[in-house]
Amino acid sequence: MGKLNSKIPDGPLAQKWTKYKASAKLVNPANKKKLEIIVIGTGLSGAGASSALGELGYSVKTFCYQDSPRRAHSVAAQGGINAAKNYQSDGDSVYRLFYDMIKGGDFRAREGNVYRAAEVSNEVIDHYTALGVPFARDYGGTLDTRSFGGVQVSRTFYSSGQTGQQCLLGAYSSLNRQIKKGNVTMFPRREMLDLVLIDGKARGIIARNLLTGEIERHAAHAVVLATGGYGTIYYLSTLAVNSNASAAWKAHKKGAFFANPSFVQIHPTCVPQLNEFQSKLTLMSESLRNDGRVWVPKTKGDTRPANDIPEEERDYYLERRYPAFGNLVPRDVASRAAKERCDAGFGIGETGLAVNLDFRDAIKKQGKKSIENKYGNLFEMYKTITGIDSYEEPMRIYPAGHYTMGGLWVDYELMTTIPGLYSIGESNFSDHGANRLGASSLMQASGDGYFILPNTINNYLADEIRVPKISTDRPEFEATEKEVRESLQKLMSIKGKQNAASFHKRLGKIMWDNCGMVRNEEGLKKALVLINELKDEFWKDLNIPGAYSELNMELEKAGRVADYFELTELLVTDALNRKESCGAHFREEYQTPDGEALRNDEEFTYVAAWEYTGEGKPHILHKEELKFEDVEMKIRSYK
Amino acid sequence: MKLLLKIWRQKNAKTKGSFVSYQMDNVSPEMAFLEMLDSLNKRLVEEDKDPVAFDHDCREGICGSCGMYINGHPHGPVPAITTCHLSMRFFKDGETVWIEPWRAKPFPVIKDLIVDRQAFDKIQIAGGFISVNTGSAADANSILVPKKNSDEAFNSAICIGCGACVAACKNASAMLFVSAKISQFALLPQGRIEAIERVRAMVAKMDEVGFGNCSNTGSCEAECPKQIKLTNIARLNREYFKAY
Repeated sequence: MGKLNSKIPDGPLAQKWTKYKASAKLVNPANKKKLEIIVIGTGLSGAGASSALGELGYSVKTFCYQDSPRRAHSVAAQGGINAAKNYQSDGDSVYRLFYDMIKGGDFRAREGNVYRAAEVSNEVIDHYTALGVPFARDYGGTLDTRSFGGVQVSRTFYSSGQTGQQCLLGAYSSLNRQIKKGNVTMFPRREMLDLVLIDGKARGIIARNLLTGEIERHAAHAVVLATGGYGTIYYLSTLAVNSNASAAWKAHKKGAFFANPSFVQIHPTCVPQLNEFQSKLTLMSESLRNDGRVWVPKTKGDTRPANDIPEEERDYYLERRYPAFGNLVPRDVASRAAKERCDAGFGIGETGLAVNLDFRDAIKKQGKKSIENKYGNLFEMYKTITGIDSYEEPMRIYPAGHYTMGGLWVDYELMTTIPGLYSIGESNFSDHGANRLGASSLMQASGDGYFILPNTINNYLADEIRVPKISTDRPEFEATEKEVRESLQKLMSIKGKQNAASFHKRLGKIMWDNCGMVRNEEGLKKALVLINELKDEFWKDLNIPGAYSELNMELEKAGRVADYFELTELLVTDALNRKESCGAHFREEYQTPDGEALRNDEEFTYVAAWEYTGEGKPHILHKEELKFEDVEMKIRSYK
Repeated sequence: MKLLLKIWRQKNAKTKGSFVSYQMDNVSPEMAFLEMLDSLNKRLVEEDKDPVAFDHDCREGICGSCGMYINGHPHGPVPAITTCHLSMRFFKDGETVWIEPWRAKPFPVIKDLIVDRQAFDKIQIAGGFISVNTGSAADANSILVPKKNSDEAFNSAICIGCGACVAACKNASAMLFVSAKISQFALLPQGRIEAIERVRAMVAKMDEVGFGNCSNTGSCEAECPKQIKLTNIARLNREYFKAY
């Protein structure tokens, strides 16, 4: 306690950000050139931050593990991006977006940060439109919107089912403009392997050039992590298979607190697992729930084709349980409801682990053309993967690991507990509480990168203007590089039998079975034992052919899995500690008689921020109490 | 099913590569093509041999990382999909499958099936953007765009930058890739302002980094996993003529 200062500005909620911007310290243009900033990651937050910081005149060095910044996993977001524009005049406002996020997050997010995310959402849409992002439009030429889960307004801007791709390519284009101007230097195919601290401040990184294996030192006045989430702890997830938490985890081990690691979103509408070799679960956008109806047969083990099951023998369980929101309940609610039906024996398909998402009624009402316009590419993708034509029969869907609300703890300025180290986008914990609402990840990542960080980082750098360019010859770089080389050598020298992916797959299964959609004390305790057993096996039986001084993709994977063994342990510890159900964190012991999440506000209205204390030592828990001054804490009901 | 894989193995850009045979005995038709390669790599690691290097990431057809020549086609024999979406159900028991990297001078081989596609980034850096600083944009509805134009811009903007068009082209031309970006911006009022500078800069860079010209064969369109249309190239040519 006491170590955490969220630095929320005083004053009324709606004026906090304006007030902050008016009083934060600034850096004059001539000094900005002399200040260097490292940005890790080129998704919406990283590419956005790099562009905006470059435009301001800072010397930016940007890193990504892919061969091009255009491939960061923001590219795969489908459904849309929220903004409080109220273009539909349906009662939307910044306050309502803020309220929906606070409620959607089950009252476990910080009011000040969330309000600000809602506030900058409108600027984000304006900016992307100006960058040439082709959002969907109405016939009169204005922008179109649609609805997403957990809300009753239409505030989601979209580009067919490829909104993430279009926004990311917009961000990539603004990044390219700064690269051309010389304000940003791009380092693709680099992986950050450690953070370098000098006098307690973040001053650089050790990175590995993934093509040559060379270990590199890069110095800066501040470091920004825009490294995304850790959904791949389940092995099978909607994330890119190379997405990882290593940069954030290394920063954590250097002193950045990790907040609410157990808040992981399981997305309700994904293509179910089809076979044991599968490496990935593909998301089907939540926007489909605008027009698709979710159902299972009313009879257990009904094996008739979906179209042969008459209307009265179908259980539209979301509409039945949640009449007010119906198929558009938030993700955590929809995921658990699907699991509940399948566990009870009503699931469909060979595995019984799937439910129907049916467009029959929407096609009947709106015509095939209209559905094709809205979701054409999603229907095609579904057909490519499964061979099923969803215009003719329902999609089969099941939940899959998707987004991590938890992440590095940051204050209002998006700074971690390490001075000069920032965390933006999905890699931080701040805006989504215990559950994220659809289409708010693109919104938050873009807001953090383009509009928030570039306004808060000055406040820190203003005091750094007298610090000359930092030399990578300093002993701190020397020492950190040595540690990195040793840890790579340690992995290389195990010389066992199995590849990293086999361990990852087994670790993912442990997490999915015991720390997924539903958790309980017994399962979590069992998971801790299993994780440790597997970890021991990993350090005895891993094999990586080749050397670390060359391109070595097995080594890349192994390093990430090694970090996951540590992160999963903390994740389970956090889930054990939180003896309540809230949002995506559902503890079986804490539920209402009708199976809804039961919060314990008395004891758990806090952010759990975990401090690393050393190899094999327990983490220390720091609590940031959450105060709700502008909203009343209610039981979250979508009925 | 059983397959014989003939995979191009090449240590780096400087050494000569060759096809190496791998017998696969337990391929399930339900596997994705890359999962089949995963299982080969698992076996190679267990035998302490160097696994086959290939680029891949999202595995849902949108990041553009993956790409290899499979049986003579970029991204394999099934049209309009990326390698990661290719299913083994499209192959026959006993078949020999030839797997090669993209082959084009501006895309040098890095290792095995990985090529260097930074030439694409260089073209985008030359002019593939609209010059607008963060915070200076007007309200998004202040400029109206006809739905038809916006939809068409979107159809061009969905290019994933995988490089299949270049790999398919006998001239190693990047015209489809460049024209998709030129078209997206040419169709939007926001992009018109810099249209002349953009087309000049991107075409000049495209030539400089070594891509060939277009001779209207259309193999790029036939092999593009996102079905970007050849009409984009016509639009690029029109924009280019207008710029001089």
